[in-house]
Amino acid sequence: MVSLTVNGSPHQIDADPATPLLYVLREELALNGAKYGCGLGQCGSCTVVVDGEAVLSCMVPIMLLEGREITTIEGLGTIDEPGPLQQAFIELQAAQCGYCIPGMMMSAHALLRRNARPSEEEIREALTTNLCRCGTHMRILAAIRRAGELMQAASLPAADQGRAG
Amino acid sequence: MGILQEEITRRSVIAGAGGLVLSFSLNRAFAQEPLPAMPPAPPETLPGSLDDERFLDSWIRIDPDNSVTVFTGKAELGQGIRTALLQVAAEELEVDPAEIRLITADTGRTPNEGFTAGSQSMQNSGTAIRNAAAQVRALLLAEAARRFGMAATELRAENKAVLAKDGRRATYGELVSGQMLHVEAQPQSALKPPGTFRVIGKTLPRVDIPGKVTGQPAYVHDLRLEGMLHARVVRPPSPAARLTEVDASAAEALPGVVAVVRDGDFLAVVASKEFQAVNAMRALAANARWQEGETLPDQTDLAAELQRLESEVGTVAEAGMLSSDGKIFEATFSRPYQIHGSIGPSCAVAQMKADGTLDVWSHTQGVFPDRAAIAEMLAMPEDKVHVIHMEGSGCYGHNGADDAAADAALIASKLPGKPIRVQWMREQEHSWEPYGPAMLMKISAALDDQGRIASWAYDLWSNTHSTRPGGAGALLAARHKAEAFQPKPAKLNISPSGNGDRNADPLYVIPNKRVLWHFLADMPLRVSALRALGAYANVFAIESTIDELALIAEADPVEFRLRHMEDPRARAVIELAAQRFGWDNAQMPRNRGRGFGFARYKNLAAYLAVAMEVDVEPETGRVHVIRAVSAIDSGEIVNPDGIRNQTEGGILQSISWTLYEAVAFDRTRITSTDWSSYPILRFASVPQSVEVHIVERPGEPFLGTGEAAQGPAAAAVANAIRDATGKRLYDLPFTRDRIRNAVGRA
Repeated sequence: MVSLTVNGSPHQIDADPATPLLYVLREELALNGAKYGCGLGQCGSCTVVVDGEAVLSCMVPIMLLEGREITTIEGLGTIDEPGPLQQAFIELQAAQCGYCIPGMMMSAHALLRRNARPSEEEIREALTTNLCRCGTHMRILAAIRRAGELMQAASLPAADQGRAG
Repeated sequence: MGILQEEITRRSVIAGAGGLVLSFSLNRAFAQEPLPAMPPAPPETLPGSLDDERFLDSWIRIDPDNSVTVFTGKAELGQGIRTALLQVAAEELEVDPAEIRLITADTGRTPNEGFTAGSQSMQNSGTAIRNAAAQVRALLLAEAARRFGMAATELRAENKAVLAKDGRRATYGELVSGQMLHVEAQPQSALKPPGTFRVIGKTLPRVDIPGKVTGQPAYVHDLRLEGMLHARVVRPPSPAARLTEVDASAAEALPGVVAVVRDGDFLAVVASKEFQAVNAMRALAANARWQEGETLPDQTDLAAELQRLESEVGTVAEAGMLSSDGKIFEATFSRPYQIHGSIGPSCAVAQMKADGTLDVWSHTQGVFPDRAAIAEMLAMPEDKVHVIHMEGSGCYGHNGADDAAADAALIASKLPGKPIRVQWMREQEHSWEPYGPAMLMKISAALDDQGRIASWAYDLWSNTHSTRPGGAGALLAARHKAEAFQPKPAKLNISPSGNGDRNADPLYVIPNKRVLWHFLADMPLRVSALRALGAYANVFAIESTIDELALIAEADPVEFRLRHMEDPRARAVIELAAQRFGWDNAQMPRNRGRGFGFARYKNLAAYLAVAMEVDVEPETGRVHVIRAVSAIDSGEIVNPDGIRNQTEGGILQSISWTLYEAVAFDRTRITSTDWSSYPILRFASVPQSVEVHIVERPGEPFLGTGEAAQGPAAAAVANAIRDATGKRLYDLPFTRDRIRNAVGRA
C-alpha cells in the first residue's frame, strides 16, 4: 500500500510501488486530466503539480510521492465551477483536440503559483517540455496570461487559487 | 418567406393511421404550375451527404418529449466540427444549440458519411444537416398550419415550437407523430437568409472545451468499462520483420498477466492493470526473435530512390505548348516522409459479446469503412461489428487509429466477453503510423519579355496519399496475423480534388503548361493521408518558383501573383493578407525577410494567403518566424473562431513540418521513434503573433477550412528565408544544418 494525497484527498493505493503516478491517477483514481503521451518525459501531456512543482507523472514512481501534495487538473476546479486557469482556457478557446491541454495547464499552474505576473519569456520557458501538435500555442500563451489577470483580479494570492496546490 | 413554405400550403397532406405521409415536389414551385403526371424519374441529386442518406429522420429526430437529436456521420477530431454542426442545425431548426443532442459517427446510429477528412465535413455533413433541418422546420410549420387551420405563412418557428399570430402554440414534440420525418429530402430547401441568422456566423464557444479542461472523460483513452483488461501489442522491430520464435513464459509469470496472444507475427499481452501490461509487453519483446530484412530505401539519396520507384505517369493538367523561350527557372524540390505525430498514441477498446457481436470504440476517421475492414479481418458479417467513434488526440489524417481498433478487435476476438483496451506506446505510434509520403517536384518555367509566365512544366514523384481501409489489408493486425491480408495495390487516379497531385496544377493563369504525376506503386515505407496530402509540397514548390520568377521579372512577389490571377476571390485573400501584413519593399534588418504564400486548397475549396516575417541566424542556422498574417475565404462562415483556431493551428503545424520534420530510417528500421529523434515545434520557437483574417461570404457554399494553410505557410517560410538570406532552399525540412550550409556557401 502506498499513501498518496491527490487534490487534497488521501488515498491508499494498492499497486506496485514502482508504478508511475500517471497510471495510478488514471486507473486507480479514475482521473482523466493527466494523459499518456510518450512515457519518456518528452511531451508534457502527463504533467501534474507535486508540492508546487510541475512534474512529469509518467516518470515518477508512486513510492517517491508519499506525504507530498499532488495536484491534477481536477484539483483546479470543476466544469460547473471552473478555476481561473480553466476559465481562461475556456474564455480564450485555447484547445483544438485538447489532449495536451491539461498538461499545459499544470505547467502554467506551477508557474503562476510562484509568479502571478510572468513575462512572455517566463511563460514560454515554463512550457518548454510541453508539446502541442494542433498548433494551439498562441491561444495557450494568451490563456495563461489571462489566467494571471484573473487571479490578480480576484485579489487573492495565486497560491490560494484552486482547491489544492 | 421561402419557397418551401409557400409550396407546402398547396401540397397534399394525407393523414394516415400511423402518422402523416407527405408527398410534394418543390420543382413545381419553380415551374409555377403543376407538372403533368410523369413516369418515375431517377432520384434527384440532394444537397451534401443527403444524397447518400436521403431520409430526413436519418439526420434529425424529434421525440414526443420535445427533445431534438441530430445525427452526423462525421467525427470530432479536435477541429470543432461538433460545434459548427450544432450551429447549422440550431439555426435552421430555430432551436438553441444547447437544446440539441448531437450523435456523431456510430455504425449503429448515424448516417454513413465515409471518412471525416479532406476538409469536407461542412460541405458534406454541414450542408446535409442544414438542408434537412430547414425541411424539418417546413414540415413542422405545415403540420401546425393544418392543425390550426391557417396558412403556414401565418406561423413562425421559435424555440422548439410553432407559434401562431393569435397566440396558439404547439411544440415540435406535439407536432411530430409516427413517420412524419421518415420522408425523403427534397433537392431544394427554404434556407434561412443570411440576414436573419441567430447562430450561423457567430462565434459559439466550443461545446467540448469545458469538459476537456476540467478532466471530464473526453477521449476513447478515458473509456473505462466494467471488467476491462489492458493490452499492449509487441510490434515487430522493423516493417518487414517476421516473428521466428517467442518465449512467453517470462511475460506470463508477471503479476496481473491474463494472456499472451500470438497470431502469426501479431503478438500481444493482456493484463489486469495497464502498467502490468506495459511491463509484460517489455518482457515479451525481450524474448521475441525476429527475422529482419533491408527493405527500406536509401535515405541519403531519396530523390533517386523515388524516381527509381516510378511505375506509371498520369497527366494532371495540360494546356497549350511548352516552350523554352525567354528566361528560364529550373529547380528540384523535395519533401521527406513526415509523421502525423498525435500527442496521444492511438487507443481503442473492443468487446466480443456473448451474442457474437463485436463492439469497437475507436478514434477512427471512418467508422463504416473501419467496420468493414475489421469484419473482413475477423471473417465476421459486417452487421455483427459495431464501431463507435470516440475522440482521440488530434490526428491530422490517417494515423494509427484504425490499426489500434483492429488490434483491440483481434485481441477481443480471442478473449470473448472481456472489454479489451489497447493503447499504443510512443515508439509504436512513431514507427507504425502511416506517414505522409516523401515527394519530389521538378519545375521548369519560362518567363516572357512582358514578365509573364509563358510556360510551365511540372513533374512530381509520389506514392498515393491514401491507404485508408479499404479492406482488412489496410490494417496492421490483419497483415501480421497468420492468415495474413495483403494491402490493396495502389492505383494512380487523377481526380479534381487530387491526391499526391493535389494543388499540383497552379491556379495562376499560365497559357502553356504540363503537369505530370510520376506515380510510385510500391510503398517501401507505409504511407497514407497526412493533412492536405500532396498540396503541402506542391504548393511549397509552386509558390517558391513563383517568387523566383518574380525576382527574375524584377517584380514584387504579391504584385507578380496578382498579375497572374484572375479569380476575384483569390485576389481578395492575397490583397487582404498583404494589406494586413503591411506588405512593402522597405529594407529589412540584416538576416530578416518577408515571404508570401497562396493557394486555393484543391483548386476548388478554401482560398488562403499568408505573409510571414522571419529571422535567420546564420551562425546557428536557426529560423524564427516572428509573425504570420493570413487571410482565408472558406465560403459562408458558421463559426468564425473555429475558422481562426483551425487556421492558426494549420499555420503553426506547417511551420513545424517545414523547419524540423523528417522521418529518419536506415535500410532496415525506422529510427525516428520518439520526440527527440523526431523533433517538432516547441514554445521557444513559436511566433510572436499569428493573425487570421476571414473574408465574409454570406450565402456562399461552405468550402472547408482545416487543411487550407498547410501549403501556403510552408511557401511563406521558404520565401521569407530566401528574402532574408538570398538563398533558395529546395529540400524540406529547413533544418539548422541545411540553413548553415546554404548560407555559408555564399
